[in-house]
Amino acid sequence: MLRAEGLRHSFGSVRALDDVSFTVNPGQTLAVFGPNGAGKTTLLKVLAGLIQPQRGRAYVDGGRRAIGWIGHQPQLYGQLTVNENLRFWGLLYDAQPGPDLLARLGLEEHANRQVRTLSRGLVQRVAIARALVHDPRVLLLDEPFTGLDRIAAEALSRLLGQHAAAGRATVLVTHNVEEGTELATDVAFMRNGRFVHCAPRSGRGAQQVGEEYRHAIA
Amino acid sequence: MRLPDVLRHSWVLAAKDLRVEFRSRTAILSAVVFVILAFVVFNFGRDPTAVPNVALAPSILWVTFTLAAILALNRAFHLELENHALDGLLLAPIDRSSIYLGKLIANLVFVATFELIGVPLLMLFFNVRLLPYLAPLVLLIALATIGFVAVGTLFSAMTVRTRFAELLLPVLLLPFMILPLSWGVQATVRLLAGRPLSEIAGWLNMLAVYDIVFVGLALLLFPATVSE
Repeated sequence: MLRAEGLRHSFGSVRALDDVSFTVNPGQTLAVFGPNGAGKTTLLKVLAGLIQPQRGRAYVDGGRRAIGWIGHQPQLYGQLTVNENLRFWGLLYDAQPGPDLLARLGLEEHANRQVRTLSRGLVQRVAIARALVHDPRVLLLDEPFTGLDRIAAEALSRLLGQHAAAGRATVLVTHNVEEGTELATDVAFMRNGRFVHCAPRSGRGAQQVGEEYRHAIA
Repeated sequence: MRLPDVLRHSWVLAAKDLRVEFRSRTAILSAVVFVILAFVVFNFGRDPTAVPNVALAPSILWVTFTLAAILALNRAFHLELENHALDGLLLAPIDRSSIYLGKLIANLVFVATFELIGVPLLMLFFNVRLLPYLAPLVLLIALATIGFVAVGTLFSAMTVRTRFAELLLPVLLLPFMILPLSWGVQATVRLLAGRPLSEIAGWLNMLAVYDIVFVGLALLLFPATVSE
C-alpha cells in the first residue's frame, strides 16, 4: 500500500533523509517518533509527493488521490465556511463530503460558520474533516494531536482506529511518544534523517516505547 | 490529465478565490481606491494648456492600471500561504497547471473589475470621449491585461515564499510589462485621436501573440516554480 525505498534528501548540507526504507501494509499504522529536526516532516512530504527525493523512491498505491494529509497547518481558507471549505476540497478530489463526516467530528452546528471565526480546536477538527473528505486509503499525519482539545483528540483517535480497521494504512509522525503509541501497530525512531529502530509494537505500551525511544536517540 | 478536467479544476479554484476576495474585499478595494486616487492626483497635477487631455489620458490610463494590477497580483498567492493551503493544492490529484489557470482567471476578474470602474472615471476626470471607440478600446485593454496578468501570476507564485515578495514582484514584473504597456499606450493614443482602426491592428496582433507566448510559457514553468 505504501513503500519507501532508500530515501535520501538533503537541504544544503543538512541531511534530512538518509537511506530510509519501510513498507506499510493495509491495516497497519506506523508511528515515527523523533526529535525536532530529525526529518519527520520531510519524510511525510516525500511520501506525499510534495518533495522529490534526491535518491530512492516512494510509492503509494493509488497515487495522490489515495492520500489524506493532516499537518501542523489546517490548509483551510478562513473566509470560507466549514461547508464551503469541504465542498471545495471535495471537488478537487471529485468527491462529495459524506453526510456523517461533520457529525463524526462534532461539527454539525458549525457547518455554516466561517473558519476564521472558529477556535483553534474546532479548526483542527475541520482540518481532519478536510483530510477525510475523499475517504483516503493512506493517511499521513504530521503531529496531528498538536492544538487539539480533548474532544477532538478523542474523535481523531476514534477515526484513526476506524481507518485502520477498514484496512487502510496510516503513517503518523510526532515527537511525543505518549500521543501515538496506542494507535500504532509499528513504531520507528528517527534521528538525523535515519531510522534507528523500526519494528512492530508487539504490545509494548507508551512507557516502554518511550524508554526505548529515549535510549535510541540519546 | 484531460483538458476538461484541467478546465474544471481551474474554474473550481478561480471560483474559490473570487468568493474569498469578494468576501474580504482586501485586494480589490485597495486597487479600486488606488485607481481613484491616481486619477485624482493626475487630474490636479496636469496643465491642460500645455498638453491636451487626449494626449495625456492614454499614459495615465495604462500607468494607473498596471500599478493597480501589481497591487492585486501581490495578493494572489498570499491567500494560499495563510494556512499552508498551497501544500493541499499541490497534494490534490489535479494538474498543477490548473492551479495557475485558476489563479489567472481570478486575477483577470479582479483586474477587469477595477478597469471597469477606471474607464468611466477617466472619461469623467479628463473629459475625453471614449464611447465612440469603446469596442476597440475594450479589446485593447483585454489583450494587454491578459499579457501582464499572465506574467504577473507566474511571478507572484515565484516570489510569494520569499521575504521581500511585495518588492520583488514589481521588480521582476515591470520589465515584462514594458512591451504590452507601450503597445497599449501607442494604440490608445491613436484610438483617441480618431485614427482608423487599421492603424492599431498591428499592436492588437502583437498583444495577442504576447498573450499566447506568455500564457504558454507560464503554464510550462508554473509546476517548477511551486515545487519544493
